[in-house]
Amino acid sequence: MLFPRLWPTLILLLFLLCLWLPSLDARQVEMLKDQNFWDQATRFFLLQDISVQIVVLGSTLIGISCGLIGSYVVTRKLSLFGDTLSHAVLPGIAVGFLWAGSKDNLALLIGATGAGFLGVSSLTFLQKYTRVRQDSALGIVLSGFYAVGICLLTRIQKMEFGNQAGLDSFLFGQASALSVEDLWGIGGALLVISLFILVAYKKLLITGFDLSFSRSIGIPADGLQYALWLLLAFCVITSLQIVGVILASALLIIPAVTASLLVKRMNAYLLVSAFLGACAGLGGSFLSFLGKGLPTGPLIVLVSSGIFISVLCLRPRTGIATQWFFSRKNSLRIQRENTLKAIYQVLEKNNFENQTIPTQALMTKRGIDRIECEFEIQQLVQAELATKGSPDHSPALPGQSILSLTPRGWEYACKIVRNHRLWELYLTNEANYAPDHVHEDAEKIEHVLGEDTIRQLERILSNPKKDPHGKLIPSLTDMELGGVPKT
Amino acid sequence: MPLIPPFQMDQVFIEPWSTSGLLTWNLQIILMSILICWTCGLVGSFIVVRRMALMGDAISHGILPGLAFAFIISGSLGLGGMFIGACLAGLACNFCIEWLHSHTKIREDAAMGLVFTSFFALGVTLISSHAENIDLDPSCILYGEIGLVPLAEKIKIGGTSLGNRAIWTMAAVFISTAMGIILFYRQLLVSSFDSTLAASIGIPVKGVHIGLMLALALTTVASLEAVGVILVVAMFVFPPVTASFFFRRLPLVLLSTLPLGILYSIGGFHLAHWLDCSIAGAIAVVATILFIPACLLGPNGGVRQRLRQKM
Repeated sequence: MLFPRLWPTLILLLFLLCLWLPSLDARQVEMLKDQNFWDQATRFFLLQDISVQIVVLGSTLIGISCGLIGSYVVTRKLSLFGDTLSHAVLPGIAVGFLWAGSKDNLALLIGATGAGFLGVSSLTFLQKYTRVRQDSALGIVLSGFYAVGICLLTRIQKMEFGNQAGLDSFLFGQASALSVEDLWGIGGALLVISLFILVAYKKLLITGFDLSFSRSIGIPADGLQYALWLLLAFCVITSLQIVGVILASALLIIPAVTASLLVKRMNAYLLVSAFLGACAGLGGSFLSFLGKGLPTGPLIVLVSSGIFISVLCLRPRTGIATQWFFSRKNSLRIQRENTLKAIYQVLEKNNFENQTIPTQALMTKRGIDRIECEFEIQQLVQAELATKGSPDHSPALPGQSILSLTPRGWEYACKIVRNHRLWELYLTNEANYAPDHVHEDAEKIEHVLGEDTIRQLERILSNPKKDPHGKLIPSLTDMELGGVPKT
Repeated sequence: MPLIPPFQMDQVFIEPWSTSGLLTWNLQIILMSILICWTCGLVGSFIVVRRMALMGDAISHGILPGLAFAFIISGSLGLGGMFIGACLAGLACNFCIEWLHSHTKIREDAAMGLVFTSFFALGVTLISSHAENIDLDPSCILYGEIGLVPLAEKIKIGGTSLGNRAIWTMAAVFISTAMGIILFYRQLLVSSFDSTLAASIGIPVKGVHIGLMLALALTTVASLEAVGVILVVAMFVFPPVTASFFFRRLPLVLLSTLPLGILYSIGGFHLAHWLDCSIAGAIAVVATILFIPACLLGPNGGVRQRLRQKM
C-alpha cells in the first residue's frame, strides 16, 4: 500500500473524534450543574456516594475477573466462543425470571448457567457430529439461542408481571441498578476464579500450549477445559448486570489482547490483563459518573479499547507511534549524513583549498531547492556539526551564506565518506563487482556500518589509500586532524 | 396469563387474515420478512462458504457507530445517509480486523471480538449521548420491530400511491443483490472456493471481497430496523447451513433460500401471533426449529447419516 500508516491514523482520528462527541454533552450537563471537573473527580475518587462505591467496586472486580479468565480465553483461541456464550445465556435469564417470578439473582444465575451449558453442548455437538464449520456453528448457536431469548423476553413483557423492568437491563447492562448482593456474587466469582487459577496454574499452562503432551503425562485436559468453560460462564453472567449480553465478551477479550501486546510470559500476562481490566472498569465508571445518563457498560468497553489503541501505538519497539518516531529519527540521521558527505565532496573537488563552501554549491551537489537546503543546514547547525556564516571575504552573491564544518562535523563527514569508499573497494576487490555497480549499494550501507566492521574491512583490504574510482579514502589521520586540512 | 397460551387454530391462522384491513397490514409484514430472508440468505450463502459467518456478525454490530454518525450529522432517518454511514463503518470495521490480524500477532478471532465490540460500544454510547436527537431506540437495534413496517411512509408518484417505502427499499436491495450474484456468479464462486486459482485466472479477489462486504453492509442496514443486529446473523447463517444438509452444490443451496425464506416468514409470523412475542425473534426461532431436523436427518452430512457410516 502506498501509505501504510495512513489508514490506522485516519481510523484513530475518527475514533478520537467519536470519543470527543459524547463528551460535549457531558460538558453541557456539567455547566448546568455548575460543578467543575475536579470537584466531580474528587467526589468520585473519594467514593463519597454509596452508589458510586458499589458501581466502582463492582466494575473493578468484574474487570479483574474478566481479565484473568480472558487471558485463557484469548490464548486458547476461544474469543468468539465467549461471545457466543454471552448471547446464549439470554434465554436462561428469561427462564430464571419466569421461574422465580421476579428478578431473583440466584434463579437468574442458575438459569443462565443452564443455558450456557446447553449452548456449549450444542456447539460441541455440531462440531463433533456434523460438518458445519466452526464459524457457522458459532453463528447458529449464538443467533438461535438469542432468538429464543428475545421471544421469551418480549413475551414476558406482555405478561402480567409487575416488575420486569430489570430484565431489559441485561441487554445493555445497567450498572446503577447494581445491588450489594450482586457485589457479593461478583466478589465470589472473582474468588473462585483466582483460587482455580492459583491451584491449576501449571496444568492450565501445559494444556493450553501442548495438549498432547499434557495428555501423555496424565493431566485431565478435558476436565480442565470444562472447568474453564464453567468459570467463563460465571464470569459472563456476573458481568451481564454491568455490561450487558452483547458487550460481555469485550471485557474478556480486550484487556487480554492488550496484555498480549505487552508481555510474553503467562504469569505476567495474567497480572497485566487483570490490571488493565481493573483500569477499564474504574475508568468506565468514572466517565459514566461524569457524563450523566451515559451507560456504564459501553463506556467501560470504550475505555479498554482506548487503552488498547494507546498500547498499540506507544508500546516499546513495535508500537505504531514508536516505530514512526524511530524511523523519523533514523531518516533525519541519514539525511544529515548525506549532507555532510556532500559538503565533503564539494571541499574535495576544490582540493581542500577553501575552509568553507557556499550554500549554493551544496544545493547543486544535493540537487535540492533552497527551502530543503536551508532545512538540512539548520539540522547540521543544531547538531553542532557545521556553522553558518555570511561571506565577508569573498565576492559572493548577495543573500548567499557560507558553511564551514566544525571539528566534529569534519570527523563525521570523513567517517561517512570513508565507510562509503571502503565498502566500494570491498565490493570490487573481494566480491568481484564491477566498479560502476558499487555506488548504489554503498550509498545504503554507509549509514549502518559499525566501527568493528570498518576495522575488519581495513584488515581485509590491508589499509587501502584509494577507492575503485581513484579517489582518496579519508584516512584516520585526516579524521583526527580536527578540521579541513590547510593546504 | 401463562407463558404458552392455549393453541387455537382459528385464532392463530384465521384471525390475522379475517378482515381486509388486517389482511393488507399482515401481508406487508410477511412480504417484508420474506424479502429480508431471501436477501440475507443469498448473501449469507457466500459468507458461510467463505467461512466468514462471524464476520457477518462483526459487521452487523460494527455498522452501529456509522448509523449514529449519519443521524447526528444529517439529523434524519434518510436511507441514503444511513447507508453511507453504515457502509463506511462496516468497511472500517472490516479493515481494522484485517489490519490487526496482518500487522500484529493478534489472532483473527481475537481481533474480530475486539473490534466489533468496540465499535458497538461506541455506537451505543453515541446514541445514548444524543438520545434527544436520535429517534433510534437501542433495544430496537437489538431485536427490531418488523410489526411496525406497515407504518412506514408511502411512496407516491404522480398522485398514485405505490405502496410502502420500506418494502420497496428492501425489494430494491433484493433485486440488486440477486442481479449482482447472477452477473458475477463465476467470480464469486471461484474466489470463494479457491482464491489462489481465482487470482491466477485474473479475477480481482480483493474487489470481489469488498463487493461482498458492501452487499453485507447494505443488506444489514436495510433489514436492521425490521429484525435488529443479532437476528440478522440468524438470517445470514440459517438458510445456507440448513440447505447444505440437503444439497452439495452451491446453486441449489442458493435456490433453496427461496422456499426456506417463505417457510421462515409464514411460520414465524404465526408463531409470534400465537405467543404474542417479537415477530423477528419468532422468525429466527422457526429457523432454529427447522434447522434441528435438517441437522439430524439431512441426507448430506446429517447426524443420522454420519452415525450410519460409522457403523
